[in-house]
Amino acid sequence: MKRYYDVVVVGGGPAGSMAARYAAELGVSVLILEKDRDIGYPVRCGEAVSRKGVEEFIEPDEKWIASHITKFSMNAPDGTEVVLPLPEEGFVLERRVFDYELAKSAANAGAEILTRAYVNGLLFDGDAVSGVKFDYRGEQHEVEADVIIAADGVESRVGRWAGIKTHVDFRDMESCVQYTISGIDVDPNTIYFHFGSNAAPQGYLWVFSKGNTSANVGLGVSGLVGKKKSALQFLEEFMERHYPNAAILTSIAGGVPCSVTLERISAPGIILVGDAARQVNPLSGGGIASGMIGGSIGGRIAAESIKKGKPQHLLTYDKEWMDRLGKRHETFDRIKNGIYNFSDEKFNSIAYSFSKVPNDKRSLGNLFKTALIHNPGLLIDVARVFI
Amino acid sequence: MTNTPEYRMAKTAKLMIDILPDKCDFCGCCVGVCPEDAIELKEAEIFIIDERCTNCSKCVWSCPIEVIKFNKEGVVKR
Ligand SMILES: Cc1cc2nc3c(=O)[nH]c(=O)nc-3n(C[C@H](O)[C@H](O)[C@H](O)COP(=O)(O)OP(=O)(O)OC[C@H]3O[C@@H](n4cnc5c(N)ncnc54)[C@H](O)[C@@H]3O)c2cc1C
Ligand code: SF4
Ligand code: SF4
Repeated sequence: MKRYYDVVVVGGGPAGSMAARYAAELGVSVLILEKDRDIGYPVRCGEAVSRKGVEEFIEPDEKWIASHITKFSMNAPDGTEVVLPLPEEGFVLERRVFDYELAKSAANAGAEILTRAYVNGLLFDGDAVSGVKFDYRGEQHEVEADVIIAADGVESRVGRWAGIKTHVDFRDMESCVQYTISGIDVDPNTIYFHFGSNAAPQGYLWVFSKGNTSANVGLGVSGLVGKKKSALQFLEEFMERHYPNAAILTSIAGGVPCSVTLERISAPGIILVGDAARQVNPLSGGGIASGMIGGSIGGRIAAESIKKGKPQHLLTYDKEWMDRLGKRHETFDRIKNGIYNFSDEKFNSIAYSFSKVPNDKRSLGNLFKTALIHNPGLLIDVARVFI
Repeated sequence: MTNTPEYRMAKTAKLMIDILPDKCDFCGCCVGVCPEDAIELKEAEIFIIDERCTNCSKCVWSCPIEVIKFNKEGVVKR
């Protein structure tokens, strides 16, 4: 390890690895600091992603694909199930392997990686961030850099130290628990969603197959719900109702920031990417693909600003992100707020109306249309997404 | 000299919040909602930075697995 790098990335998740790779590919020196001892572990994720979302960054490889998804199953509170084909293929990942491969691709591009390196402060040169302080195996270290990329996930403390307000309103934080269970009989090519006040009010419950009769069963509820009843209680009740005898192989907690992007995601000497920037799709809670997009833009702009010798260039990152995805997320966020307020009856009647749609006419678009008939106010926002 | 425990006293709320580190999964959800940056979270270590915490309770509501609780008595400083 050197005392100076062009770019230091804090956090070795998908966003951090992509930021590091895109910067390193432009020839600048890059160091990733990750607090955990393993890249990609523990896995706090349902692991579902669209093929399109990953193939821009990495060639799909069976070694990190647990199952291929072609169908979507919506389950209403009264038990009505509607199944429809997905317009494009998706994957349930093996993120432990996937995140590792992403980090390796950053390393292959020239990035250095240090695990068990816990970043606990920033260095400043005037108003600009100029490096980080970190604890590595019990000893305090410092490293200087032209640009710090904060990819520190849901916690997002690094950005705060640079004066950016990063905390999420507790109502927008999906408080999650997930079990990976074995011995259940679900279709490996279908992703199952359960809605309603029993399963996961102001959120949803998912069952994502990992092949071989095992699956990720998890849920997220808004902090507003968590005030009265925790995510864990909801999951325990669901397990009792649906899979009382399943063996639980893993259980994890997690938080998904389901909000619009932070007002500011760059400041002199620093940019924020991925969950740290609140770049998760607020409607689906998916943050793997969007985090990689944020990371790739951030990494490239960081390297460009260094090579051009123009620190101000860094601040163009906000606009580029907003144009690529940030504005879409604002619309998704409004749709989410509409769906959050759906009653159990509304979910039931949407599922019921849709179950009347002939199989060959079923599509996500038609499901949305059915939902819209039940809440015409959402129409304008949905139109914005597709137009 | 005997070690009398020092208590963290509530500044704004009557109920104190307290983390039970043995139950914690170190997921970071509470850190993401804390308006005061008052939670320190390492790979497998968590504690509240007493000087910053206002006992606003947001972390309690967001913790998925009920690791953060209210405590009426006041909380022993760590
Ligand atoms: C229960 C759950 C289910 C989910 N399901 C899905 C899903 O099905 N599909 C989907 O697309 N998304 C899902 N997500 C969201 C997805 O996991 C995240 O959006 C994604 O991991 C974000 O990537 P990231 O690189 O921004 O952050 P992370 O993957 O969280 O990586 C951040 C890294 O930074 C490290 N770090 C933090 N602080 C420091 C520090 N101070 N010093 C050094 N290192 C630090 C952390 O250890 C971590 O490794 C889910 C999330 C949860 C919690
Ligand atoms: S009570 Fe509020 S200020 Fe204190 S740690 Fe929790 S969220 Fe932060
Ligand atoms: S939200 Fe709960 S489980 Fe997660 S780190 Fe905070 S106290 Fe621990």
